[in-house]
Amino acid sequence: MITLKLDGQEVQARKGQTILEVAMENGIRIPTLCYLEGLSPKGTCRLCLVEVTNWNGKLVPACVTPVEEGLEVITRSERLDQIRRTILEMLFLERNHICSFCVSNGHCELQDLAVELGMDHVTFPYRYPGLDMDLSHEGFGLDHNRCVVCSRCIRACSEVEGAFTWGFQGRGVGTMVAIDLGVPWGLSETCTSCGKCVQACPTGALFEKGVATAAQLKSPEIIREVTERRPRVF
Amino acid sequence: MSSKVRVATMWFSGCSGCHMAFLDLDERLIELRELAEIVYSPIVDLKEIPNGIDVALIEGTVNTTEQLEHLREIRRKAKFVVAFGDCAITGNVPSIRNPGPRDEMLQAVYGDGHLPGLKEGVVPAILPDALPLQAYVRVDYYIPGCPPDADRIWKFIVTLIKEGEPRLEGEEIRFG
Repeated sequence: MITLKLDGQEVQARKGQTILEVAMENGIRIPTLCYLEGLSPKGTCRLCLVEVTNWNGKLVPACVTPVEEGLEVITRSERLDQIRRTILEMLFLERNHICSFCVSNGHCELQDLAVELGMDHVTFPYRYPGLDMDLSHEGFGLDHNRCVVCSRCIRACSEVEGAFTWGFQGRGVGTMVAIDLGVPWGLSETCTSCGKCVQACPTGALFEKGVATAAQLKSPEIIREVTERRPRVF
Repeated sequence: MSSKVRVATMWFSGCSGCHMAFLDLDERLIELRELAEIVYSPIVDLKEIPNGIDVALIEGTVNTTEQLEHLREIRRKAKFVVAFGDCAITGNVPSIRNPGPRDEMLQAVYGDGHLPGLKEGVVPAILPDALPLQAYVRVDYYIPGCPPDADRIWKFIVTLIKEGEPRLEGEEIRFG
């Protein structure tokens, strides 16, 4: 067993656990977006940054940082609130997240995070990029305007379904999720139409066709349930 | 001199839904009269923006040259400028035009011929982008929501007037 401190409170952890897992076991809430139970953690969204006091106050993503003996971790502070809110603002301004007519309005993890972190406006200029939608699949749609590039769809597809349909293309702010090296979704030869990517998606970027504004309810927990019954290969 | 708080409301490029939500205050509008005087608003018959405004609630994006002038004028005349609803805060629906060029948008709407809004004329020129208020002026407070519901608006007004600081929290700041 490993002993560490979370917000001054001593907690026990097993070797190989991450700071986020230990926090969740102890009922300490750390905001997350790209993390999804059942998928390998990637640490891409940076919302779960925590402060390690005895590493000179270094900020580390809780979802991918393994615990160590004697670690002193701060999960809530004014500094962290400020940093997380700035990260969230960046996520909002990067694409066209227009909540009012989104299929996921009211059931969106990005929108929930704005409520949780008290973000009532974005202080930086919005980018308003011109982005496409892919509606070529018969059952599902993809709206790049609402994508936060968290890679949950990519991981659900490769790690749980084993289809490897989803991937990234481009670099930096131009990074896009892509199907089979860049073909329209409806022409994919690898997609099994299982819909796990849609359920894993935290926003309205992936949705079931035919749902109206605010009508897209998702069950991201099915990823955990599937992996509990059928452990991941890698 | 009246001791009532002087409130103004303005409607830029938005659907007026925020003003409709304001009217949804219903009987609380009577109570509001005890606390505040609405000195300028689409529902007040006054052409010029008066001086000495305490709180200006502004709905909609800044979409035209005229709106931008009005925004700057009310910023000079008001103690607190409040972005009222999602359009004024994020750009929301009117900002859907921003990714494309303005002239193409006008052409798509009005066809070839005369394009109102292309140049300054009977109707004011349309700005290159439909932007939220904070793109142009300092904004003091934000009331998110599309539209913000009447309870949210009421709490904002009452806490601002009675406690000196508006206090919206939790679900009361949800966008959409």
